[in-house]
This record gives sequence, structure tokens and C-alpha cells, in this order.
Amino acid sequence: MEEKTENTQESTSPVPPKKQNAFVTNAKKLFQAGIPRASLQDYDKTPPTEEELKENILIVNHLKKYFPVETNLIGQPIRYLKAVDDVSLRIPYGKTLGIVGESGCGKTTLGRTLLGLYGKTAGEVYFDGADITDFGERQMNTIRKDMQVIFQDPYSSLSPRFTVGGIISEGVAVHKIVPRDEIKDYVMALMERCGLQPQYYERYPYEFSGGQRQRICIARALAVKPKFVVCDEPVSALDVSIQAQILNLLRELQTEMQLAYMFISHDLSVVQHVSDSVGVMYLGSMVECGPTDRIFENPMHPYTKSLLSAVPVPDPRRKKDRIILQGSIPSPANPPSGCRFHTRCPACMDICKEQAPVYREYEAGHSCACHLYPQE
Amino acid sequence: MDKENNNERDELLTPGTAEPVEAVNEEAKPQETAETDQPQETENLSDRVKVLSPAQLVARRFFRSKLSMIGLVTLLVLYLVCFIGPLFSDMDYKTIDYNGGSSSQSTEITYTVDGETYTMYDITYTESINLKAYPSADHWLGTDENGRDVLMRVLYGGQISLTIGIVVVVLETLLGVIMGGIAGYFGKWVDQIIMRIVDIFYCIPQMPILLICSAILAANEVNGIARIYWLCLVLVFFGWAGTARLVRGQILSLREQEFMLAERSMGVPVWRKIFLHLIPNVLPLLIVQMTLGLGSVILTESTLSYLGLGVPIPYATWGNIIQALRDFTTLQYHFHIWGPPGICIMLAVLSFNFVGDGLRDAFDPKMKK
Ligand SMILES: Nc1ncnc2c1ncn2[C@@H]1O[C@H](COP(=O)(O)OP(=O)(O)OP(=O)(O)O)[C@@H](O)[C@H]1O
Ligand code: SF4
Ligand SMILES: [Mg+2]
Repeated sequence: MEEKTENTQESTSPVPPKKQNAFVTNAKKLFQAGIPRASLQDYDKTPPTEEELKENILIVNHLKKYFPVETNLIGQPIRYLKAVDDVSLRIPYGKTLGIVGESGCGKTTLGRTLLGLYGKTAGEVYFDGADITDFGERQMNTIRKDMQVIFQDPYSSLSPRFTVGGIISEGVAVHKIVPRDEIKDYVMALMERCGLQPQYYERYPYEFSGGQRQRICIARALAVKPKFVVCDEPVSALDVSIQAQILNLLRELQTEMQLAYMFISHDLSVVQHVSDSVGVMYLGSMVECGPTDRIFENPMHPYTKSLLSAVPVPDPRRKKDRIILQGSIPSPANPPSGCRFHTRCPACMDICKEQAPVYREYEAGHSCACHLYPQE
Repeated sequence: MDKENNNERDELLTPGTAEPVEAVNEEAKPQETAETDQPQETENLSDRVKVLSPAQLVARRFFRSKLSMIGLVTLLVLYLVCFIGPLFSDMDYKTIDYNGGSSSQSTEITYTVDGETYTMYDITYTESINLKAYPSADHWLGTDENGRDVLMRVLYGGQISLTIGIVVVVLETLLGVIMGGIAGYFGKWVDQIIMRIVDIFYCIPQMPILLICSAILAANEVNGIARIYWLCLVLVFFGWAGTARLVRGQILSLREQEFMLAERSMGVPVWRKIFLHLIPNVLPLLIVQMTLGLGSVILTESTLSYLGLGVPIPYATWGNIIQALRDFTTLQYHFHIWGPPGICIMLAVLSFNFVGDGLRDAFDPKMKK
């Protein structure tokens, strides 16, 4: 009874609960989930305006995904890995947002969480004009065909016991994209479009190379005529010449089908090539996001600067000072206090170690989270 | 704006590109027949390679292994002989052969009463049972200690032993798949509860418990056919845990596979995910597990029957035929009574293991084609 009243108190206001004796609080700690409720709702919930909804196919506000890494005796999580922590982004119709960041910074998790493939810990998602934050599995299934994903690993993302035709046509059949008797022709045309010979229809995935498999994945994602596709490092498993082919294919398809992409990669030159805007992630949070040319010409965040300085420059006269990052990337299960980048930041100040910088917009569409810039 | 998008999308993917599709179909068809006609030089070599489905690949690998073929043939022969053989005989498992030879004995008793002499004839006629007879034309494997034909008992015994094997394995697999499937698919506390139950089943020593169960059955005078059903149930009850653990592990790892996530992102309904994607991927392991399980169930049943706690006499199973071994003279002089069922058990178990191992290798994708 007492607990009930306290819970409602916590969720409505961040006022700390009234003091209890030590035994009770300790006993509670043992069974309590590791995130205090208040910390999940530490922002003002501001739904996007009509206009914003009309312009952007995807709006994500304060998205969080915590994986439990330690559980107590009865299976409740007591420690979390914050794979995605408070990420906000928006993608306009028909445009591409590139996401860059080191391995393990949560790019894949971000993509999967906003698609609802992983249950989110907190945050809001608006897709194609609708608030899908609280959609259940059944409701999600109705809009799943509009939001597709091309997985990072073309080997494990194809069901080994299905033919290529079966894999690509499954979504078409489930969502009744074309009449039943036209499915085969439709899929074959699409395969042709994606650079696969249509006679591969009856083949099994084990017979294909990585590049061909990636094309199968692309064909599968596009077969249901999506409006938005998360491309999770679609080319990082491939060699350079095939990379270019796939990238061009994705680009052509984008103009033909008015697709919006979220293009995840750790390769900056690839991202620069395909994106309209770029988001930079570090340890689960977005540190900077802005239009591609702005990010590449005038980066704000020290982490972005160091990433860019590491890119080889073709022009030897344009010498760059390379910023070599010290230390290695900290574990997301145990992130540094304050600014998460402070352990490696060349411009680290005292305040950085204590207080997390605010992620805010400085120029039109160009946001950054760093104490080097005015916080209010 | 949105409508425009849709139109453009339609144009790309549907009849707009109908031409190449048809051209493609034309191309694909002659290529099939080309295999028998003269090969076309222009074609890509890899396109002419015959397409094999994973199932066909497995079959091919399986049939290539000699040991598993030997096992398969042995099993087929065992089943055929056991189920068809008895049809050609007028005896069955409980017919007793009374033709052990007859003899009549007469005793003459003479005595005198009041000067008169009486003679009494006491004639005993004995008809003896033809027991422990050595193999002959009538009884190809001789008769057992009760005068029943050993061959018939071995064949009828085979029917019961082999059937119990299949029934038990099928039932325990069903139970295991359901329990393991629930645990793996739903996870969390459901998984915890089911897996703890499985753990408990794992740490129960099977043999003693089976003996106790059999003793309880015997004490309650559950006899005849009912006893066989009960035996099956008991074996199932103690056998499902392994399958459940296997299925659960498999489903847990499948659930994490990206292609399951891809199904999810496609918005595929749950039943489709379970029946078209999860189960076909668990099936290979299950088939191997079932085949190996058949051997061990037959062995357990035989052991119980041998101990007199399994299938009750007069029903024959390979196990209770070997019971004759309790008699020392039988052990020493009558190999024809206990040898054949023993050999049958060995053959069946070995063959099931060969087939199971062969299947396991055949299903292993890392093996070469
Ligand atoms: N299912 C999971 N359970 C627990 N932790 C996870 C899970 N998936 C990812 N993580 C953790 O979350 C963090 C981010 O992982 P993620 O796969 O999103 O990284 P990434 O940016 O895609 O890396 P990469 O470039 O190597 O693909 C990693 O530390 C990873 O260990
Ligand atoms: S907040 Fe401080 S530590 Fe973090 S990036 Fe900016 S300067 Fe570096
Ligand atoms: Mg990734």
C-alpha cells in the first residue's frame, strides 16, 4: 500500500521520496530496478508540431535503451549498460541521416530501438505523422512494412532454409503488396533491379557471396515498398569496388522511391558521400548532429574534430593537424561521469568531469553537446 | 507529396519493368532443358549447377555415409521381419508346443481276494511339453523353458520393443518441444520455472526411480497390456527433460539470430515465425536426438523387462525373453534362447546410433557437400 503511493509520487514529480529507515531502503534496493524512475523522465515532454511531423518522416526524442547486465536473485536487473542514452534526431522525408561513431557506441542499438525491434527504455518516436511510442507488437506489425532495415551482417540475416525468392517474397505476401499471382514476377523484377540475376530465385543463401547476400537483403527490405530504411553498415563487410556498387544502388533507389535513410557507418568518407546530414555518436549519446557539409567543414565537438582529423586527406598541401585520441573507449556499462568524452578530450575542463553538457541547437539544424559552447 | 511518392514507387517495381521479367523467364527456361541437350557455351558455368535445397544436401550427405546406410538397412530389415514374419506362421508368442513326445506307462497289480485273483492295470498317459528344444525344422530357434517357439517370441517381442521405442520417443519429444519451446520463446520467469523443473529431472537417478515405479505398478496389480501403457508413460515422464533443454537452447540462440530479427522487422505474424522459421531450424537437431533416443529407450525397456519389471509375461519383449538367463543351465547350454533377442537388441541400438550419428553429420553445415 505504502509502496503504491510512493511510486505514483515518483513518476509524477522528481521530488525525492520521504525518508524511510535504513533497513527498508536497503531491502528495497535489493529488489529495485537500477534506474530511479525520475531519471527516465528528466525532460519536458514536448510533442513535435504539426509542421515538424509533416516535414520529417521520423522524429525521435530522448530515446534510451538500457540493457540489463546484472540481475538479482529473482531476475530483476540491478545494473544497466546504457547502449543508447538520450538520443534525439529527426529525418526529413526522402533524406539521409548518416550516423557515425566508433565500434560499440550504440549505432546498431539505436537503429533497432527506434524501429521497435528492441523495446525502448524511454523516449518518444514519431513516424510518418503518427506517435508510435506506445505501439504494441500488433500495431507495429501494421506499420512495419513502411520502416525497413538492412542488417549489418549479410550472413546471419538470411534464413538458411529459405530460397532467395522465398526470403524476398515473404514480406510481399504478408503485406499483400501485389496480388498473389504476380508476386514472382514482381520479386524477379526487383532482384534484377538490385543486381541479382532472376534465375537465383530458387537458390539458397549459402550459395552466395557477401556482396550478393547484401543485395538480397536490400531487395528484401525494398520489396515491401518502405518509406524509411535503416541501413546498418550495409557495406562495411564488402570490398571497395562492391561497396561503391551497393552505395550507388542505394542512392538510385532512393531517388526512384523517395526513400529516407538512416545510414549507419563508421566510415566517414562513405557517410559524407551519401548523407544529407550527419549525427556523431559517442558511448551511446549523440554528441553532434548537423548538415553534412557543416559537420565536415566546421565541426564543433572535439570528438568530431578528432574523427575528421583521422581521415586521410588526398591533398598533401592541405596539411591537417591530426588529433590523436588518448586512451581507449570506456565501457558503456560504466561510463565516465559528466561529459562522457572527458577521459579522452583534448580540451577537457574541470566542469566537464562533473556536469554533463546540454545537447542543444547552435545553428539551424546543427546541434552539439559540449561545455566549450554556451550552455543556455 | 506523399501520393506522388507512391506513384513513383509503383512505377519502379511493378509492370513498368515487365519487359525484363519476361525476358528473364525465357532465359531461365531453356537453361533447364539445356542440361540434357548440348551445353550452351555462353552460359555462366555456375548457373548450370543443379540447385539443391538444404534438405537434399542433407539427404545426399547421409546416403553417402556407409555406416549410416548399414544402420538404416538393418533397421528396415528388423522392422519388416518383426511385423511381417509372424504372418507366415500359425504359432504366436504364447503357443505352447505339447509335442514333447508321449509315453504311456502301465502297472499291473495283482491281488487275491477270497481265493480269486484280480489284476488291475494302472495306465498313466503323459504328454510332455516340448521345452528347451534345440533348433529344428519346426522351431527354427528352438523353444524356451515353457515350450514356446523362440523365433515367434523374438518377432512378437520385436514388435513390442520397437513400437514402445517409437511411441515413447515421439511422446517425449512432443512434451520436450512444448516445454522447451515455451521456455525458449517466452523466456523470463517462465523459462526459469521450466528449466528448474528440468534440472530436477536431471538430478533424479533414473534407474532406481524406474524400478520403484515398476514395483508400484506390480504391487497395484496393473497387468497385461495396461502395464505396457503405464511403462510407456513412465519412460516418457522421465525422458522429456533432455529434449526440452535442447529445444530451449536452440530457440534461445535462434531468437538472437539476425534473420529472426529480420522476420520481426518485416512484421511477419507469430505463427509464421514459429512454424516456418523456428521449428524447421530446430528440426534437424530433434531428428538426431530422436534417433539416438530410440536406441536408449529400447535399452531401458529391455533392462526393465529383463528385471521382470517391464513388459509382463506372457507378452514377449526382447528384454523379458533374455530373462531365461536366470536359469544356469539355460545360460550354459541354450544359447538359442537368449542369444537371438540379445543380438536383436544390440543390432537395433547400434543401428539407431549409426543412423543418428550419420544424420548429425549430414545436418552439420560445416561438413563438406
Ligand atoms: N542484446 C544486447 N545485450 C546487451 N548488451 C548489448 C546488446 N546489444 C548490444 N549491446 C551492447 O551495447 C553497446 C552498443 O552496441 P551496438 O551493437 O549498438 O554498437 P555499434 O555501434 O553498432 O558497434 P559496431 O560498429 O561494432 O556495429 C555495446 O557495448 C554492446 O556490447
Ligand atoms: S564537454 Fe568538455 S570534455 Fe566533453 S567534449 Fe566538450 S570540452 Fe571535451
Ligand atoms: Mg553495429
